[in-house]
Amino acid sequence: MTRSLHAESFPGERPVTDAVVAEHKLTADEYAVIRRMLGDRTPTLTELGIFSALWSEHCSYKHTKPVLRRFPTEGPQVLQGPGENAGVLRLPDGWAVAFKIESHNHPSAVEPYQGAATGVGGILRDVFTMGARPVAVLNSLRFGSLDDARNRWLFAGVVKGVGDYGNCVGVPTLGGEVVFSPGYTGNPLVNAMAVGILRAEDLITARAHGVGNILLAVGARTGRDGIHGASFASEDLSAESEKRRPQVQVGDPFTEKLLLEASLELITSRVIVAIQDMGAAGLTSSSAEMAARGGVGVELDTSKVPTREPGMTPYEIMLSESQERMLVVAEPHRIDEIVAICAKWDLEAVPVGKVTDDGIFRIVHDGRTVAAIPGQDLVEGCPIQHPPAAEGDAAVARRALAPAGAAPALDEALLRLLDAPTIASKRWVFQQFDGTVRAGSAITPGGDAGVLRVADTPFALAMTVDCNNRHVLLDPYEGGKGVVAEAARNIACTGARPLGITDCLNFGNPKKPEVFFQFTEACRGISDACRAFDTPVTGGNVSLYNESPTGAIDPTPTVGMVGLLEDVTLAVPSHFRQTGDAILLLGSTHGHLGGSAYWAEVRDCIGGAPPAIDLAAERALQETLIAGAAQRLFRSAHDLSDGGLAVALAECCIGGPWATATFGATADLSRHQDAISDEAWFFGEDGARALVSCDPAHVAAIQQLAARHGISAHYLGLVGEAGGSLVITRDERRWAWDTPTLRHTYVTAIPRRMDGAQGAGEG
Amino acid sequence: MARIAVVRFPGSNCETETLAAITRAGGQATLLDYRETSIGHADAVILPGGFSYGDYLRSGAIARFAPIMDAVRAHAEAGGGVIGICNGFQILCEAHLLPGALLPNAPRRFAARPVDVRIERTDTICTGDYTAGEVIRIPVAHGEGRYTADAATLDALEAEGRVVLRYVPVAGTDLPFNPNGADRDIAGICNATGTVVGFMPHPERLADDAIGGDAGHRFFTSLVSRLAAGAAA
Repeated sequence: MTRSLHAESFPGERPVTDAVVAEHKLTADEYAVIRRMLGDRTPTLTELGIFSALWSEHCSYKHTKPVLRRFPTEGPQVLQGPGENAGVLRLPDGWAVAFKIESHNHPSAVEPYQGAATGVGGILRDVFTMGARPVAVLNSLRFGSLDDARNRWLFAGVVKGVGDYGNCVGVPTLGGEVVFSPGYTGNPLVNAMAVGILRAEDLITARAHGVGNILLAVGARTGRDGIHGASFASEDLSAESEKRRPQVQVGDPFTEKLLLEASLELITSRVIVAIQDMGAAGLTSSSAEMAARGGVGVELDTSKVPTREPGMTPYEIMLSESQERMLVVAEPHRIDEIVAICAKWDLEAVPVGKVTDDGIFRIVHDGRTVAAIPGQDLVEGCPIQHPPAAEGDAAVARRALAPAGAAPALDEALLRLLDAPTIASKRWVFQQFDGTVRAGSAITPGGDAGVLRVADTPFALAMTVDCNNRHVLLDPYEGGKGVVAEAARNIACTGARPLGITDCLNFGNPKKPEVFFQFTEACRGISDACRAFDTPVTGGNVSLYNESPTGAIDPTPTVGMVGLLEDVTLAVPSHFRQTGDAILLLGSTHGHLGGSAYWAEVRDCIGGAPPAIDLAAERALQETLIAGAAQRLFRSAHDLSDGGLAVALAECCIGGPWATATFGATADLSRHQDAISDEAWFFGEDGARALVSCDPAHVAAIQQLAARHGISAHYLGLVGEAGGSLVITRDERRWAWDTPTLRHTYVTAIPRRMDGAQGAGEG
Repeated sequence: MARIAVVRFPGSNCETETLAAITRAGGQATLLDYRETSIGHADAVILPGGFSYGDYLRSGAIARFAPIMDAVRAHAEAGGGVIGICNGFQILCEAHLLPGALLPNAPRRFAARPVDVRIERTDTICTGDYTAGEVIRIPVAHGEGRYTADAATLDALEAEGRVVLRYVPVAGTDLPFNPNGADRDIAGICNATGTVVGFMPHPERLADDAIGGDAGHRFFTSLVSRLAAGAAA
């Protein structure tokens, strides 16, 4: 076994000086570690580039690893936990679900269309490299106010980028959230989640093994796009970031579709050993990580990698982030079969390297060794940082805030909330995302969670992405718990049982103690909630340095959750469906207004302490919703979140994006929690609550079921006539809204801002 | 049994649910690769939805040159059944098996939503199980679905009763009933004999009651029973 660390510069390459090291965003300490790893020699430029990519925050998790290790990751349902391209959970009858969420924030901030499109492409590849066929995508998109022209440009570009890519590949969008908040001005968030289905026995991991096995590059050719994408994603956004636009990758969903089919055929026909997407840091991360996981070395010959243009250097080839490429490991005698399968899908498959026994990550080009790095050290050896965490004074002060001035009338306040783009209908967005391709979508976007039948089975998956950034901003621990609780409520409202989560942790600069405090506390909250709900964390992604010249974003730990519904015909939709049905409020109301959307949107106050999350009450609510759905007791179920009871009632009356009729409703709040003010009853955001409608004959059964789980089921009133009014009464007080007007406000809020007056007719 | 081939072009993405809808309607469904030069024993051919060749030049513009298309054309010209759904409709227009063209939507955004369409004609190869004038709600999902043709062609289509599906307003909807700005609200047309039919909506996505309804199921039962009747005749 030879462990030579000899390497020489590629002709024409710059020598590595301190200035070049700094340009690669490596610290003096990190550089000293690198030199030691190389036996005290100066790295070649190619080696330096490789280190800069793998030791970027994006790839190394150097500030976050110790915190992430505290997540609960185990459970009987877990087939594959964190550390692979995607997490995998068991489903009945030998099926499994692979899912993952990932950010594409920085590229989308400078090039919204391609940034968002390639975000979708990357997350789809993470799922199909596990052997799973992608069956759904979801996304969480966040922007500054739509009053600002640049934010409108970013929003329109991101939505079109997400849509064009996913639509072309043919994977339905099953859900998502779009949030507009001042904290995202200059630094939008684009988080994309993909969900795939596989037979458990087809699960394949990205673990290279078998000395002498061959590495093949499959798919698109390598170009000069996206070089240094991973390090770009690991710094604050600034005026300089505009110059990064050429580093944003360009997506080709047509090639992605071919790559998807070819990869699944390679996996299910058992001709390959391992496969990994060339995502962030491209060929570098895919090959180095596969080798490190397998405990082997690799030797890559970059002169064999098919390129789009001649004259590319090994440095460029190793750091390119050209899209729609895969790295495959296979036994030598399988190469012909692999090439034939790829040719069937009009794709190239070219041997570019081999698995070696010396543990060295070695790059050769035209016979010259241009990099030779101990592989395990390269992937695992980045010095871990333990930055200080301390809550900032500003955060403490925000929690003590309360609105000043007079409150508007409650009828007016509800209309203003329904007109707030974060709460309003996202129909303008959903219309650009194909939600029905593959013909399995039982509940499409616009409800609590998407529901998708698993083909050839009776069961279905429910899925959602959620994050109330305002609650996390005001109290990262309770907010973190609340994110998981809201996701689980959304899943349970459809009747499905929450199974597990993936998370996308979007935060500012971790070197700021107040940011790192937000990160650690939000993660602690997520962990506690996941333990309480038996929903392990199966993986995800961390995106730090989400800072623009105006400061850090709101802390945004987005959670993607999947749940299992044993029978697709049990799926419960969100909106009222039948005149004369009874309306019940499940869970207790305390009238907590701190951190509420009402304070933020109507009272001009982003402040107060958000509601503390009672995890036991949340679990009891979930169990009630799941049991009630299984007994077909509910006609609809909708969770209470942004805007509280009044917004939930209005949404149930307004109906889904494509409804042809609204419903009226009555709700009487008299003689119940009399100490709570009207304002707090309407708009308080206490957790662990849901609004259900049912055949009046089922009211007693639902109340007994709720009592058995230790939660209240308060009878509010009845669903009214189509096109009727929503009427809320409390003692002698009465508020009424015409539901077609509520609907008009709700569905036109975003198109009016995007398209001007003509948008009002378009929705 | 009615044998129906579904062509898969590179970039097709609706072939699986189209095959399933045929099977559910009692037909025998087979997948046909675009590199084939014969449709084999198929009684009818469906060109499914998707983004053939990425739709990079113009939707359907490259697929019309795929090797299988000569056989599809020969089958159509011999009076055989050919149906184009969404991208398939675009390909049929590009191949001049149907008149007119499908332009980018107005406004220029992808349209993914249900539409209400009226069945204008029931003696085509795939609408026999509907009632003339019946309005059904099925999904569309396209970026280039604005049907257009010169005025003379449009007049001729109307006069000859070759408009098969038309977008219509339904009480209570608050979206434009015509999702793409198509001329005369045309959602689908056929050739003179009703054997070559193309339309933008996706009936195969709504052919199962467990998943949101089966308003599209009868396109497939119509086709299967028409082919069976043809075989018996």
